[in-house]
Amino acid sequence: MNWSNLFKIALKAIANNKLRTFLTMLGIIIGVASVITMLAIGQGSKQSIQSQISKMGSNMIMIMPGAERRGGVRMGSSDMQTLKISDYNTLKEECTYLSAISPSVSSGGQFIFGGNNYSSSISGVSQDYLKIRQLEVEDGEMFDDTDIAQSAKVCVIGKTIADNLFTAGENPVGQIIRFKNMPFTVIGVLKSKGYNTMGQDQDDVVLAPFTTVMKRILSVNYLSMIYASAITEGQTQEAINEISDILRTNHKLQDGKADNFNVRSQEELSSMMTSTTTSMTILLACVAGISLIVGGIGIMNIMYVSVTERTKEIGLRMSVGARGLDILTQFLIEAVMISITGGLIGVLLGVGAAYGVKFFAGWPIAIQPMSVILSFAVCSITGIFFGWYPAKKAANLDPIEAIRYE
Amino acid sequence: MSQEKKVVIDLQNIRRDFIVGEETVRALRGVSFKIYEGEFVTIMGKSGSGKSTLLNTLGCLDTPTSGEYYLDGVSVRKMSKNERAILRNRKIGFVFQSYNLLAKTTAIENVELPLMYNTKYNSKQRREAAIQALQMVGLGNRLEHKSNQMSGGQMQRVAIARALVNNPAVILADEATGNLDTRTSFEILVLFQKLWKDGKTIIFVTHNPDIAQYSQRNIFLADGKVKDDTVNNHILSAEEGLAALPKNEED
Repeated sequence: MNWSNLFKIALKAIANNKLRTFLTMLGIIIGVASVITMLAIGQGSKQSIQSQISKMGSNMIMIMPGAERRGGVRMGSSDMQTLKISDYNTLKEECTYLSAISPSVSSGGQFIFGGNNYSSSISGVSQDYLKIRQLEVEDGEMFDDTDIAQSAKVCVIGKTIADNLFTAGENPVGQIIRFKNMPFTVIGVLKSKGYNTMGQDQDDVVLAPFTTVMKRILSVNYLSMIYASAITEGQTQEAINEISDILRTNHKLQDGKADNFNVRSQEELSSMMTSTTTSMTILLACVAGISLIVGGIGIMNIMYVSVTERTKEIGLRMSVGARGLDILTQFLIEAVMISITGGLIGVLLGVGAAYGVKFFAGWPIAIQPMSVILSFAVCSITGIFFGWYPAKKAANLDPIEAIRYE
Repeated sequence: MSQEKKVVIDLQNIRRDFIVGEETVRALRGVSFKIYEGEFVTIMGKSGSGKSTLLNTLGCLDTPTSGEYYLDGVSVRKMSKNERAILRNRKIGFVFQSYNLLAKTTAIENVELPLMYNTKYNSKQRREAAIQALQMVGLGNRLEHKSNQMSGGQMQRVAIARALVNNPAVILADEATGNLDTRTSFEILVLFQKLWKDGKTIIFVTHNPDIAQYSQRNIFLADGKVKDDTVNNHILSAEEGLAALPKNEED
């Protein structure tokens, strides 16, 4: 078999039917372009969520009380009080993989300043919390160890709180706000962080020494959470293991008994978050993939018509010595050339459309080489798959009947 | 004289049956003859005489139900489809009634077609052979004309060039003048006579008895059998016939 000759023959046939070829290609072009654009949008939003989460503190580890619910068994409420100040202290002293650690307790309620009020919650934390959550004090200062030791009635507030309470444009630092009838001196204002990916206002916070919140507001001796930060992102897992070991010892848990606490890393959160966008991406890709199949059926349809229309030509080729295989190959090459050329144009168009979306709608995009290769491979396979049946039909024609076909 | 010549086609008691529903149609009922190299033979018969079936058999498009067929010394009967395709490619040149040229394709590309399926030719040799064949049929000045820019006579010349290009053992013409007017038919016959004088073996299948006068040997087919096989001792010259036609302004 002479491939270059068959290639020339197929090329000639395509050139003889430019408009029809283009229209057939259009199906593939749209299919491939939409696959690439959809994947670019999906991947883009996934990456943007990931980067936002890492901005929240990529090394962050969260330690929560209670065991996970397993097999539908709800753990007793006493299990939710398993994190104590002593746990925090031990972890702070013994953990080698942590760069920062802060307890966390919170209470919801109304903040009042003058005639203004605003409902939010107060978080009792240590100074390390700023580092863990990557917060900065813009104005004033953070409370210190002395404030914690004295359970001082001081707080650092976020931008949203400041905006809602100090409507007259007063400098919040030094002012006294009331929370559940308790006066708190504002000693600092946090730098604005805006909204996070989940739509939460990251400036809607009031930070106070954890001792103050535990003793003066909640009157409890347990923590709702402990935040920590691993030294590097790569050491997160070691840190988690170390924390678990220390807490198990602290809680006197025997081997075989389940943990009565949960240690989660930001990584888990991030994978949980991105799983949503991943399924979204898959959905988009599926929709786009369907249009690729429709394009493939378009090829099949046209090839089928083409075989019928060119029956006489096929008969002639056979009578001058083309074998069935030659005819089959010729039509397959035609189908594959249509789909590959369409694929190439589709790739260009898809990349262009993705950048168009970025430019006009401002959505984040990420074009991955894999998605380009994949959609290209799929459309070549589509060409072979949908070209096969019509080509086989052509190859099986009886030359005697074909040559006299009118 | 033909006894010493090489046998190109040797049919031995060829039968071809078609089963149509319950009935068996016997298209060929024992056809035997030999055609020698350099002969110009017309095969005639009415429709239904088995002419087309015989042509398909001679052209290796079909295989006989029984009997032996040797083309250039090779037995065709037991060949596979692919083997027959290759045999057609190397040993047979077809000329059809309706020319069967590829649409929107130049004369030279049409003539090159059989060689596209022959790996022994590279593109340069293919082009040379095609130009040579087109010169033989008098179209040396129309190499790049497309099939839709040519007259019927020119198209048939291209088709004849296509049949010549692979230097076949035999040229099979199926009603090759059937679609042409009298004058152009004569021109094509002139061409066939010229090719015959150059030593080509030509089989011309037709229902038109007039053409028989221009060939060397006539085989009459009736009811799937050879009814008559005569040598024509008074071969008319197609050239003279053409000259005798009334002048045509448009030609």
